[in-house]
Amino acid sequence: MSLDISTVRRVAQLARIEIDEDQLNVTAEELNNIFSWIQQLEEVETGGVEPLASVTGHKLPMRPDSVSDGGYPEKVLDNAPDRAENFFAVPKVVE
Amino acid sequence: MVDILNLNLSEARRAVHSRELSAVELTEAYLEAIASNKSLNSFITVTDDKARQMAKAADERISRGSPLPMDGMPIGVKDLFCTQDTLTTAGSNILNSFVPNYESRVTANLWRDGAVMLGKTNMDEFAMGSANTTSHYGPVENPWRKKEDKNVKLVPGGSSGGSASATAARLALASTGTDTGGSIRQPASFCGIVGLKPTYGRCSRWGIVAFASSLDQAGPLTRTVRDSAIVLKSISGHDARDSTSANIKVPDFETALNGDVRGMRVGIPRQYRMEGMPDEIEHLWKNGINILKDAGATIVDIDLPHTKYALPTYYIIAPAEASSNLARYDGVRYGLRTADKTLEQMYEKTRSSGFGAEVKRRILIGTYVLSAGYYDAYYLKAQRVRALIKADFEDSFRSIDVLLTPTAPSDAFAIGANDDDPLKMYLNDIFTVPASLAGLPAVSVPAGLSKNSLPLGLQIIGKMFDEESILKVADVIETGAGFAAYPWREA
Repeated sequence: MSLDISTVRRVAQLARIEIDEDQLNVTAEELNNIFSWIQQLEEVETGGVEPLASVTGHKLPMRPDSVSDGGYPEKVLDNAPDRAENFFAVPKVVE
Repeated sequence: MVDILNLNLSEARRAVHSRELSAVELTEAYLEAIASNKSLNSFITVTDDKARQMAKAADERISRGSPLPMDGMPIGVKDLFCTQDTLTTAGSNILNSFVPNYESRVTANLWRDGAVMLGKTNMDEFAMGSANTTSHYGPVENPWRKKEDKNVKLVPGGSSGGSASATAARLALASTGTDTGGSIRQPASFCGIVGLKPTYGRCSRWGIVAFASSLDQAGPLTRTVRDSAIVLKSISGHDARDSTSANIKVPDFETALNGDVRGMRVGIPRQYRMEGMPDEIEHLWKNGINILKDAGATIVDIDLPHTKYALPTYYIIAPAEASSNLARYDGVRYGLRTADKTLEQMYEKTRSSGFGAEVKRRILIGTYVLSAGYYDAYYLKAQRVRALIKADFEDSFRSIDVLLTPTAPSDAFAIGANDDDPLKMYLNDIFTVPASLAGLPAVSVPAGLSKNSLPLGLQIIGKMFDEESILKVADVIETGAGFAAYPWREA
């Protein structure tokens, strides 16, 4: 399984990372080196093994579904690159 | 002045709390040391004013006769911890002007206990790196130099490189770090100090910039094992704001340091004896084994059959989680924005100009392994192997109390070495990643010097939530190895 240029282009687009056309080759080569090393995992027999997502072993705690925090728009917007009133502002999406 | 800086945390605490030394004097000494060692680049931000205020408040509490556990102790904070009203960059350009208006739980605990913040330490960008060379704010220098070639600047390890360098160079009494695959332990080994990664869930992750959420854990970098126990106690504890935070009692870790390892069973995993392992690492390991044997511990050879698969497993799971966590940096709510005509172009431009090469590489790996068609083959496969790695440890812990291994496969290397080969860089974490995947506590303790006269660490891995045993064993190795070397610095 090796990554070609068009796969790298698609993955970069999914990740919203711009890669210059002339850099796609280099990136593909780097990723292929890493994935051919990762490929060794295929040797491991994992039939019947449950995937492990959490090491803690405890169930996630429950809490009441109620508002417990908030009411400070100034704090929330403090680091916004651009704002309008109490909103984050972005380039126009709809014409 | 030098004498003050050479006090470890336990000694400094005694001196300050008994008023032989004021917190203000101690803090001033550290601020001066930071100012005259800028070339190490171990701090991104120095919080002079805040440090002076906090030290003054500590002295007042002490003079009233009610000192807090960490009163007046000057600490460096890895720039991954959000600190209220203080720039927090995560070593990245994308957070070059991010000033949080909240405080991470771990740092809040330190200030609750009276500690003094010296500043924010440099680190690999988003904690992705093993040499502190991926920081947007420049590489950090290790205060140690090779005996035979003092002109070569060495890496401090990473990703908590600034914290390790500062603590070793006497620019901080202790520091906080974070460890996802070895980011506390490997730099501790490279800089000749003690670095402890607690059990996953021991310290709250709330307010720590996320890298890989199922692996990230905060911990102390200190000059002695006792200091590690003291800082660990302060930063540990349950926090309802982190759903993976463990709701269990925090022991007084210092009381575990009684020097008595008689009857303890120490496992030596055969699979950590890697092909091509340098003699000096082998020798260091044997020496550690002998110290524990002489102290009355029982040495047991054990097997961890899936060890060699830990690193490739990690390089699926950590980038997958990172690609998800780092999706939040989109130029909308905080952080850098690189303006463009459309929203889509703004996202791409912002992320391309804001992230460095290694971070982009890992986001791409993560995005790929989570994408349709590859999720089962890579991500689920890695999670299954992770289960086997954890089971290996569980099996071995049925017959042993702790494991002893080297921390890193080499001593510190030159700044710039390995930078062109990601895989070679990743191999630095070969001995630290398995315990991370299993969530286990592990500590690196300086145990000897390499042929280059650079520090080398040994790693002790423990059972879930048994930091007491690893600290106890580390303390015995620290005493037995008698590591007393001091980093070389330009006069």
